[in-house]
Amino acid sequence: MTSPMVRVRDLHKSYGAVPVLRGVDLDVGAGEVTCVIGPSGSGKSTLLRCLNHLEKINAGEVEVAGELIGYRRHKGKLHELGPRAITRQRAAIGMVFQNFNLFPHLTVLENIAEAPIAVLRRSRTDAVARARELVRRVGLAGREDDYPRRLSGGQQQRIAIARALAMDPKLMLFDEPTSALDPELVGDVLGVMKDLADGGMTMVVVTHEMGFAREAADTVVFLDEGVVVESGAPDDVLRNPRQARTREFLARVL
Amino acid sequence: MSAFPELVEVSDNHPAQPGASPPGAVPAGESPAAPPERTQPPPKVVALRRPGRWISAAVVLLFFAAGARSVITNREFQWPVVRQYFTTSAVLHGLLFTLWLTAVTMVAGFAIGTLLAVLRLSGNPVLSSLSWGYVWIFRSTPLLVQLLFWFNIGALYPRLSIGIPFGPSLFTADTVNLIGPTAAAVIGLALHEAAYAAEIVRGGVLSVDAGQAEAATALGLGRARILRRIVIPQAMRSIIPAAGNLLIGTLKGTSIVSVLAVQDLLYSVQLIYNRNYLIIPLLLVATIWYVVVTSLLTVGQYYVERHFARGAARTLPPTPLHRLRVALRTVVARSRGAVLGGGTR
Ligand SMILES: Nc1ncnc2c1ncn2[C@@H]1O[C@H](COP(=O)(O)OP(=O)(O)OP(=O)(O)O)[C@@H](O)[C@H]1O
Ligand SMILES: [Mg+2]
Repeated sequence: MTSPMVRVRDLHKSYGAVPVLRGVDLDVGAGEVTCVIGPSGSGKSTLLRCLNHLEKINAGEVEVAGELIGYRRHKGKLHELGPRAITRQRAAIGMVFQNFNLFPHLTVLENIAEAPIAVLRRSRTDAVARARELVRRVGLAGREDDYPRRLSGGQQQRIAIARALAMDPKLMLFDEPTSALDPELVGDVLGVMKDLADGGMTMVVVTHEMGFAREAADTVVFLDEGVVVESGAPDDVLRNPRQARTREFLARVL
Repeated sequence: MSAFPELVEVSDNHPAQPGASPPGAVPAGESPAAPPERTQPPPKVVALRRPGRWISAAVVLLFFAAGARSVITNREFQWPVVRQYFTTSAVLHGLLFTLWLTAVTMVAGFAIGTLLAVLRLSGNPVLSSLSWGYVWIFRSTPLLVQLLFWFNIGALYPRLSIGIPFGPSLFTADTVNLIGPTAAAVIGLALHEAAYAAEIVRGGVLSVDAGQAEAATALGLGRARILRRIVIPQAMRSIIPAAGNLLIGTLKGTSIVSVLAVQDLLYSVQLIYNRNYLIIPLLLVATIWYVVVTSLLTVGQYYVERHFARGAARTLPPTPLHRLRVALRTVVARSRGAVLGGGTR
């Protein structure tokens, strides 16, 4: 494995008294694609949200590009970072949501250019030029000045991907990016994601698209009840699962 | 005239459509998307007739006309007096003061209210409770009592000083000199307004999907920027109608300061009718001014709402002006068509 981009060790997270993640380990090498699969409620979204500190963790370590996320180590304890430091870390991690979460009151270009201008201090001209290029890259040239609601779901999700890419992230997180889409729109979004993967982007993708996992993933991780039950190459995990729970799950979704 | 010379032969089954170009006339096979040829014209659609609507409208109009007639012809309204006082300088000064007081109340009220809403939503239990307490106190006491309280604050605190809590004071003055009737009116109205504004802003912020702030957070935007650029503009959609309501309420509500002998619109006409006893016409003067300003504000609100609806719907509805223009154009086109076509319809 190349130098790890993501390194998670013994991650614990609970909501109140309900444990959701119970000791998760995860390694993603730079330039690799990891697909996380698992039943509903198994903690996939929670795991993803711990990677950019959208959720506070209870115990364990999350590192991205060798940097502890959300915390600072001091005398054997982890101290939560201040908002500024966390904001800086998040800026380098792109995230794509199931329901897009584009900003409806901003045009496509404004959606994409907002964070580079505000966070990376890019000039408006540069940010907008870059945004245009990204819109073209996700195949939506000509829609720059539209408001998101005028786009189809698949087009909105591709803009959401462009918005995340505008921050030049080291790592991209996808939380079921195609689950809210009509079947015929899924292909376009997966196509953009496949291009990204081929271009060497490090990606962690929570998905139910087994076809995508088989084609694009370097590693498939099966999560159930807050623990990693099985992980490995897609052909191994998806075709010849070793664990009974994985077999049961795959029998249900395939 | 026709672009399709063969049209007449193909469409000889369309009897009553000379000059029109039915889409079915495109020769078959040339355009796969062309609708199928029809042998019969589609049946005409006739809307359901609703005589009840016409009758009820006529009855209501009749009552309205009777009411309007009595208002106009009843001499006790003294319309000439209304006209005479409508633009006297005392009345206009009162109007101006009312507008000024409304604006100050609204601006200060929303500034404080937004701060209160931010505190309430801050997640800091102390600040949040303080904000809650403020809204609770100021909403549960009558405005009139609050105004009288501020007017008489001098009895409670004869001298006011600015300084460090429990520390030295930097500035001291007599309260009575500092807070006259106008200041009492402004403070009372603004602080009262702030409680309502806080709830309006808070409601607006809560109406924005949590995914918006989350997506912005994931992009690395800071809290203040998220509030200003992402949340508030979307919250405006529900803030504006409520704020418009509050603004109109405030405009009329400022008349309450007449109890402090502050010369707003209402107090100005009261001063006049206390001298000449023309009570009804002078109250009408004030009333009409309130209606005029409220109407203007309502129109303004419509356009502000439209501004913040950007992106909320797939297409914005046309403005009334635009609709009027389209309607006029249709009428003109139709009358012209009737003249040229010589009654083809
Ligand atoms: N904010 C929260 N408060 C309390 N419980 C939560 C919260 N968010 C998630 N949970 C619980 O944590 C568990 C894991 O949730 P999570 O969203 O990570 O599941 P998931 O694997 O992404 O499921 P799905 O495939 O349905 O999206 C669920 O049981 C859920 O009810
Ligand atoms: Mg989920």
